[in-house]
Amino acid sequence: MAEASYPEDLKYHAEHDWARIEGDQATFGITWYAQDALGEVVFFDPPEVGSSVSKDDAYAEVESVKAVSDVFAPLSGEIVEVNDGLADSPEKVNQDPYGEGWMVKVRLSDPAEVDQLMDVGAYRELLQAGS
Amino acid sequence: MSRYTGVTAEDLRAMLGVIGVDSIEELFADIPESVRLGRELDLPAGRSEQEVYEHLAALAARNRSTEEEVTFLGAGMYDHYVPALIDALLSRSEFLTPYTPYQPEISQGGLQVMFEFQTAISELTGLPVANASVYEGPSAVAAAGYLAKLETKRTKLVASRGVHPHSRAALATHAAGYAMEVVDVPLDDEGETDVEALAAAVDDDTAAVFVQQPNFLGSVEDLGALAEAGKRTGALLVCAADPIPLGVLKPPGELGVDVCVGEGQSLGNRLDFGGPSFGFFAAAERFIRKMPGRIAGETRDVDGRRGFVLTLQTREQHIRREKATHNICTAQALNALAGVVYLSWLGKRGFVELAELLLRRTHYARETLGLEAINPGPVVREFAVRVPDLDAVISRARQAGINPGYPLRRDYPEFSDGLLIAVTERRTKEHIDRLAELVGAPARTGVGV
Amino acid sequence: MSDDTVTVFERSRDGRRAFVAPELDVPELPVEELLPAEAIRERPAELPEISEPELVRHYTTLSSKNFHLDEGFYPLGSCTMKHNPKVHERVAALPGHARLHPLQDPEYAQGALELMWRLQGALGEIAGLPHVSLQPSAGSHGELAGLLLTRAYHEDRGEQRTKVLTPDTAHGTNPATVTMAGYEVVKVGTADDGGVDLDDLRAKAGDDVACLMLTNPNTLGLFDRNIEEIAHIVHDAGATLYYDGANLNAVMGIARPGDMGFDIVHFNLHKTFTQPHGGGGPGAGPIACSDRIEPFLPVPQVVQRGDRFDLDFERPKSIGKLRGFQGNFGVFVRSYAYICSLGRDGLRDVSEVAVLNANYLKALMGEPGIAEYLPIAFDRLCMHEFVLSGRGAKDELGIKTLDIAKRMLDHDVHPPTVYFPLLVDEALMIEPTETETRERLDHFAEVVRSILEEAKEDPQVARTAPHTTPVRRLDEAGAAKRPVVRWRPEAENPGDPERAAEVSPTAPSA
Repeated sequence: MAEASYPEDLKYHAEHDWARIEGDQATFGITWYAQDALGEVVFFDPPEVGSSVSKDDAYAEVESVKAVSDVFAPLSGEIVEVNDGLADSPEKVNQDPYGEGWMVKVRLSDPAEVDQLMDVGAYRELLQAGS
Repeated sequence: MSRYTGVTAEDLRAMLGVIGVDSIEELFADIPESVRLGRELDLPAGRSEQEVYEHLAALAARNRSTEEEVTFLGAGMYDHYVPALIDALLSRSEFLTPYTPYQPEISQGGLQVMFEFQTAISELTGLPVANASVYEGPSAVAAAGYLAKLETKRTKLVASRGVHPHSRAALATHAAGYAMEVVDVPLDDEGETDVEALAAAVDDDTAAVFVQQPNFLGSVEDLGALAEAGKRTGALLVCAADPIPLGVLKPPGELGVDVCVGEGQSLGNRLDFGGPSFGFFAAAERFIRKMPGRIAGETRDVDGRRGFVLTLQTREQHIRREKATHNICTAQALNALAGVVYLSWLGKRGFVELAELLLRRTHYARETLGLEAINPGPVVREFAVRVPDLDAVISRARQAGINPGYPLRRDYPEFSDGLLIAVTERRTKEHIDRLAELVGAPARTGVGV
Repeated sequence: MSDDTVTVFERSRDGRRAFVAPELDVPELPVEELLPAEAIRERPAELPEISEPELVRHYTTLSSKNFHLDEGFYPLGSCTMKHNPKVHERVAALPGHARLHPLQDPEYAQGALELMWRLQGALGEIAGLPHVSLQPSAGSHGELAGLLLTRAYHEDRGEQRTKVLTPDTAHGTNPATVTMAGYEVVKVGTADDGGVDLDDLRAKAGDDVACLMLTNPNTLGLFDRNIEEIAHIVHDAGATLYYDGANLNAVMGIARPGDMGFDIVHFNLHKTFTQPHGGGGPGAGPIACSDRIEPFLPVPQVVQRGDRFDLDFERPKSIGKLRGFQGNFGVFVRSYAYICSLGRDGLRDVSEVAVLNANYLKALMGEPGIAEYLPIAFDRLCMHEFVLSGRGAKDELGIKTLDIAKRMLDHDVHPPTVYFPLLVDEALMIEPTETETRERLDHFAEVVRSILEEAKEDPQVARTAPHTTPVRRLDEAGAAKRPVVRWRPEAENPGDPERAAEVSPTAPSA
C-alpha cells in the first residue's frame, strides 16, 4: 500500500496494532506505519486457535528480511480464527494491512478494554509526535 | 614500523597534524593511568619471517604426523587422502581472505559455494535442509540439542553411549546452559545401542534422542528400530553421522531421523591436530526456521540474473539477538568449501566406490587381525577389538612405525583392553597385514614378531 | 552480461570423473554380505560427475566473483580485517602440524603442545589474565564458555543467579549467548559520552546478576573511562565481568583487560590475530581467566610438566568439553606465528597504528563535504574504530546508509559495517586497521566524498547501486519467503527482479 492510511472505524494501540470490533469479537492486525517500517513481510507464524491473548502482550512475531517485530494484542481474549492465507502470501500484510492482511480474530474476554484504545485521531497524533 | 604497517615519519607528521594532536600518546588519553600496563609486554622481541618459519618448522619436526607413521588412529578424525586441487583452490585469496558475505553482490562466489555445500550435505543425509556449516562434529550435536529445546520446550536429552564421547561431553556441557539433563543409554553385548534401554529412557519430557551412525566403535546401528523406540513420545531423533560411510549406508533422513549432524573433517580437510574442520547440520523441512548458522538461498537480482544471498537471517544473532536460534557468527566457510570440492571430486560414483573400499578393507582388517571383537556385528571404517597386553603391543607397533589405533579405556572403562582401529583408503592390504603381524592374533603367541 | 551462473551439479555429465579409487587389494565381497539389508543405501547421493579440469574451472570462476582482502580495503567495524601474512599459510601447511592426528600420543606431539602452551602464555600476557583455554571454536563459542564458567563459578558457591547484563550497544552474539547459557538478558543504557550509564548499571547490578558482558573499547569505538568503577560495581554485586575481545586490536601492550578488572576474556584469533577470515570462518575464540575462575576451565588443558608438555584431563570442577579434541590447532599455528613475528614491540605498534589510522580517517570524515551528511555519532577521540550516522545523507540527499554502502562496491572498496550498533541511526561503523597505509585512507575518504557529491546531482545512482558488480541488488524478500536452499532440477527460483528493485527500509531495527 503506497500511501499511509488509517481507517476511521478502527481502534488503535500504541504499539501500532489495530482492532476492528464486531460485537463480542475483534479482528487484529498491524497498522500502515508498522508494515512500512518493517518492509516487505516474509513470514508470519500465527498462534494456535484456542490460545488466549492478553491486552498489551505480544502474541506473535512478524518478520521482514532484516527485522522481526512483536505483534501486540490490543485487547484480551481467546483466538477463534487465524489468517492462514498469510502463510503463502505474507505480503498481504503490506498490501492490505486492514483487509486481507488481518492476523487473528479473537473472542473478547473484557470488552471494556476497548475504552483504553485510541481512535484514529489520537493515533495520528501519536505518529506525528514520534516523527 | 613493522612489515605489516607502513607509517613513515612523514606519514606520522601529516596524520597527527590532520587529527590535531602532537603525538600518538595523546590518542590514548581516555585510558586512565591506573589501568595502563606501564611496561613492555613480557614476550620475546619480534622476529624476521625467516626466523619465524624456522621456529615453527622446528616445532613441527617434533610432531609425528601421518607422513611419518602408518596410522590406524580414528575416533572421529581420519587420515584420508586430500587431492591437490583442494590445496590449490583454498589458497586462492578470493576464497581465503574475504569476510562473511553480508554484501551479496560482491560475494557470489562464496554464497554459491555455500549453496552447493548445502545441496551436497542434503544429498548425503537424505534431509532437505542443510546449513552452511557449524564448527565441528561434537558442537553440532550440542546445537541439535538446542534446536530440540526450542522446538519441544522439554528438558531431557537421551544419548546412546555409541555417540562419540566428545559429542556426549559437549552436549552435557552445553545442556548446563539449556537447563536440560542428559541421560546415557548403554550399549548391548554386541557394542550397539541397546534399543530396549533406549525405549525405557525416553519419556514425555524427552526433547531429543541422540545416536551415531556408524557408532563410535564402528558398528552399523539399526536406525529404523532406534527411530521407532526414540520417537514414540514426540522427541526428535538426532543422528550424528560419519559422512563417508553414507556412500554405502542408507541416508538417516530416510529412516526417520529428524536432524543429522556430523564431523566433516574426512571430507577434504586436514587433520590439523583436531581443527579447524567443519560440522554439518541437516534437518527436516519443518525445522528450517529453527536451524542454527548461515543458510544461503537462491534468488534473482534486478536484471533477472540468478544469484545467492544469506537468507532467513532473522534466525541469527545479529538480528534476533537474545531470541536467536544459536549464537554462532563465524563458522567454517573455508573448510566447507574444501568439503564440497572434495565431494564433487569424488562424484556420484566415486563416493560409493570409496565407501565400498572402506567397507571391504575394514572387514579384511578385522578378519586378518583375528582378535576378539568388542562389536562383532557389521562395521564400516572402524572396529574395536580386545588386545591382551595392550600397552606392550602398542609400544611394539610404534617402534615399527605403526600407530595401531585408539585405546578405549579412557572413554569406555568397561573395555579396558579395547583398541579402536580405523581404516581409510590410505591403509593398504600391506599396511593391514603388517598391523596383523604386530598386533594380531599370531602376535600373542610370539610368532612373527 | 550473460547469465552464466551454473551450479556444479548442473555441470554434471554421466560417466565423467575426477576421482580414481586406489586399487582394491582385498577381497571384493558383495556389500550385501557385509551390511544388513535394511542399512544399505539404494539410491546414490546425486553428487556431480565431473572431470578435474571442469571442477577446477568451476570453483576458480566462482572465486573471481568474490571481493577479498588481498585486493582491497575492508573497513568493517568490529571485524578487524587486517592483512593476512602469507608465511602463516606456509607454516600451517607443514606436515608436522597439518597432518598430525588429534589423538596422537602427547609424547609424539610435543611440538604441537609446546606451540599451544606458548600461545596460551602469550595470550595470557596480552590479556593480563594467567589461565587460558584455547578450546572454543570462535568468538561466540568463547562467549558461551565465559558464561558457562560464570554459571559453574556461582553454582560452586551455592548461588543461583538468573540475569546477565549487556550494554544496549552490544554485538548480537552477546544476548544470543546469554540465552543459550540459560540467563535472562538485561540491557544497560549508554550515557551521553558513549560509555556505560553508571546509574543504570548501579540500579540493575543486583545479587541476581551473574555477569556483565562488555567490550572496551566498546562498539562505538570509545574507551570507557569509568571501567574501574564499572568493575567495582559488578564485583560488589558478586558478579563476574566478561570481556568480549572483538576490540582488542586497540589496546595491546597499552592496557590489559585483566588490569581493568575483567575476570574472563575471549580472543578472536580471526580478528586481532589475523587468522584469514575465509568467507565466514574458520576462526577461534580462546579464553583467559582469573584464578577464581580457573578451576572450571574446559578439558583438556595444555600443561607443562618438567620439560614436557601434556594434556590434562584431571580437572574435577571443569565445565567439561565444548567441542571435540583440543580446538582449532591450525588457527593456533597462524596466530602463534603472528605473535612471534611481531613480538612485544610489534604488538603494541599494531594498536598504536590501528588507533592512529582510525583517528586520521575520522578526521578526514569530519571535513566539509562529508561531515554534514555523515556526522560522527560521538564527538570524542575514538580508538580503533568510529561510528558515523547517515541521517544527514538521508535527510539532505535522500540516500540511506544502505545506498552509500552499495555504491562503494562500484568503487572497489568494501563498505563499513552498517546499521550497527543499533543505538545510532543509519550507522556506519568504520575500522581501518593498522595495515592500511595513509594513501588507502585518503582514497577511501575520496570515495565517500564522491558518492555524496554524485548524490547531490542524482541520488538515483546510489539508490540503484551497485552497477558494476557480478550481480546487482538481489531480491532478499523472495529468498526468505520461499527459501530455496539447495539445488534441485525442478526447483523454481523464488527471486523477483521487480521486488529486488524496490527500495526497502532494510534497517535491522524497525
